[in-house]
Amino acid sequence: MKILVCISHVPDTTSKINFTEGDTKFDTNGVQFVINPNDEFGLTRAMWFKEKQGASVDVVNVGGPETEPTLRKALAIGADSAIRVNAIATDGIFVAKQLASVIENGGYDLVIAGRESIDYNGGMVPGMIAGLTGANFVNTCINLEVDGTNATATREIDGGKETVTTSLPLIIGGQKGLVEESDLRIPNMRGIMMARKKPLTVVEPTSGEAQTKDVTFQKPAEKGSVKLVDADNIDELVSLLHNEAKVI
Amino acid sequence: MSVLVYTESEQGAFKKVAFEVASYAKAVANQLDTTVTAITINASDSSELKAYGVDKVLNATNAQLDGFNAKAYASAIQQAAQQENATVVILSSSANSKYLSPLVAVGLNAGFASNVVEVPSSTAPFTVKRTTFTNKAFSNTEITSDVKVIGLSKNAFGLVENSASAINESFSPSFGDNDFNINVQSVDKATDKVTIADAEIVVSGGRGLKGPENWGMVEELAEVLGAATACSKPVSDLGWRPHSEHVGQTGKPVASNLYIAIGISGAIQHLAGINSSKVKVVVNSDPEAPFFKAADYGVVGDAFEVVPKLIEKLKEFKAQNA
Repeated sequence: MKILVCISHVPDTTSKINFTEGDTKFDTNGVQFVINPNDEFGLTRAMWFKEKQGASVDVVNVGGPETEPTLRKALAIGADSAIRVNAIATDGIFVAKQLASVIENGGYDLVIAGRESIDYNGGMVPGMIAGLTGANFVNTCINLEVDGTNATATREIDGGKETVTTSLPLIIGGQKGLVEESDLRIPNMRGIMMARKKPLTVVEPTSGEAQTKDVTFQKPAEKGSVKLVDADNIDELVSLLHNEAKVI
Repeated sequence: MSVLVYTESEQGAFKKVAFEVASYAKAVANQLDTTVTAITINASDSSELKAYGVDKVLNATNAQLDGFNAKAYASAIQQAAQQENATVVILSSSANSKYLSPLVAVGLNAGFASNVVEVPSSTAPFTVKRTTFTNKAFSNTEITSDVKVIGLSKNAFGLVENSASAINESFSPSFGDNDFNINVQSVDKATDKVTIADAEIVVSGGRGLKGPENWGMVEELAEVLGAATACSKPVSDLGWRPHSEHVGQTGKPVASNLYIAIGISGAIQHLAGINSSKVKVVVNSDPEAPFFKAADYGVVGDAFEVVPKLIEKLKEFKAQNA
C-alpha cells in the first residue's frame, strides 16, 4: 500500500497570534512552527500501516523552503520520502490542486490529510482533493483499518460516530482518534540522522488559481474584566445569568 | 441568479441550523437583491422554511439518500445550484455539512469560505468575515470566483423570521454508481443527550474534578440546564471522558450561548476552542487561573462545594420560572 500524508506547517498551538503590514500578514516573528496536529495523528497512523502492513509512506507539503524542517521532522518520525511543492499556499483550492497533481502522479492508494489545519481552519483541502481526484472520501476520521483494497473507517458525527466501509483509493480527513495522543512519536537521534539522508524532492507547482484571498485580519475585541461572584452567593450568579446575560 | 441554501434535516425533521442558514441566506439575498431557494433532502414537511424567508423549496426525495452520503448529497446540491443559477450557496457548520461543502465547491468551481460569522461586508468584491487561527483571530476573506460557497458558523447569525410564500417543487437529481461508494455499517449516537454541536449551553469539566467518578455533578448540572457535557484536553487524554467531548484547538470548537467551565485552568488551546461562545462562566479554586481573564463571570471556590450549590439554585430558579 502506498500512502501519502499531507502535512501542514502551522504555528504551535501555544502561539500568540499577531499580524503585520496593516493587519494583512500573519506575524511569524518568534513563532515556532510544527506539523499540524491533525496531520500528526494521520502520520502516526501511517507509521502503523508501514510497520504492520508493509506500507510505504510519503509526506507532502505545499510551501516555501521554510517548511522543510517540518517535512524533515516527518521523515525523522519515519516517513520514507518527502515532497515539497514549491509554492506559497494561498488558499484551499490552490493547495488541493497541487496535492491532487502529486496524488495522481504518485499513484497513491491512501491519502491521509488532517481534517483541518489549525491556522486558517478552512477544513476544505481533504474534501477538495477527493473532489478533484474522484477518490472515495471519509472526513473527521477517528479510526481506519485497511484489508487489501477494502477499508473500514469510523468517522465522528454530531453526537456520536459512524462506521463505514469503502474501497481504495481513499482520502481521509483525519483527527485525534486515528491514534491516541500518547501514541504520537518524538523523533529520536537515529531518526533525525536518517532523515538527513532521505529524499526530499522539490517539485514546481501545477497551474491552479486561488479563489479566495485573506484581505485583512483582525483580533477579537478586548474582553472586559470578569465579574466575580462570591462562592457563598450563588443566587447572584443565577440572577446575573438570567437578568444580565439572559442566557438562562 | 439566486442564493441556494442547504437546509439539513434528520429523520425528516429540520435541524435548528437549517433555520439559521435560511435566515442568513435571506440576509445575503437581500444584499444581492435576489431570492432564496432551499434544497431539502428527504425532509417530511418543508413548510417550516417559509418563516425564514425562503422563496422556493426544492424537495429531493430519494430512498438512496435516506442515510447521509457526502458525495451524493454534494452532487444533489451542485445540481440544484446549477438549475437555479445560484451565485451563492450556503451551508451550515454541522459535521455533515463540513463534510460535503468542499465537494460542492469543487463541483461548482466555486471559492469556499468556511466558519463565516457575519453577512458579507461587501458583495463586490464579495467579502466575508470568518474565524481563523482557531478563534484567536478573524480574517476578512474575499471570494473571487463567480460562484461562492459559504459555510456559516453555528450560532453566528441566529434565527431571523422573514415570512415568505415558499413555492414547493420536487427535485430529482441524478446519480452515478460512484456516488454511493461509502457504505454505512453502523451508527453509534446517543439520541437522548444534547450534543455539543447542537447545544445552546455547554457544561465542561477539567482536571480540577480529580477523576471520572466525580462527573456525576457535571452531568446533573448539564441536565438541569438542558446542556451538553464537555471536557478539557487533559481529561480526554487521561481517558476520563471520550475524545468526542474534548473542547479546544485539537478537539471541538464550541459556539454556545453559555459555556460553564469547572476546574479548567484555561490553557491557550482550550480558550481558542471556546472563544466563539457568547457568555463564559468559570468555577476554579485558583484565583490566578488564566480562564478568569477570558470569562464573563467567575466563582473562586471549590467545585465540589460550588457546583452542588449551583445545581440547587438552578433547580429553585427553574421551579419559580416554570
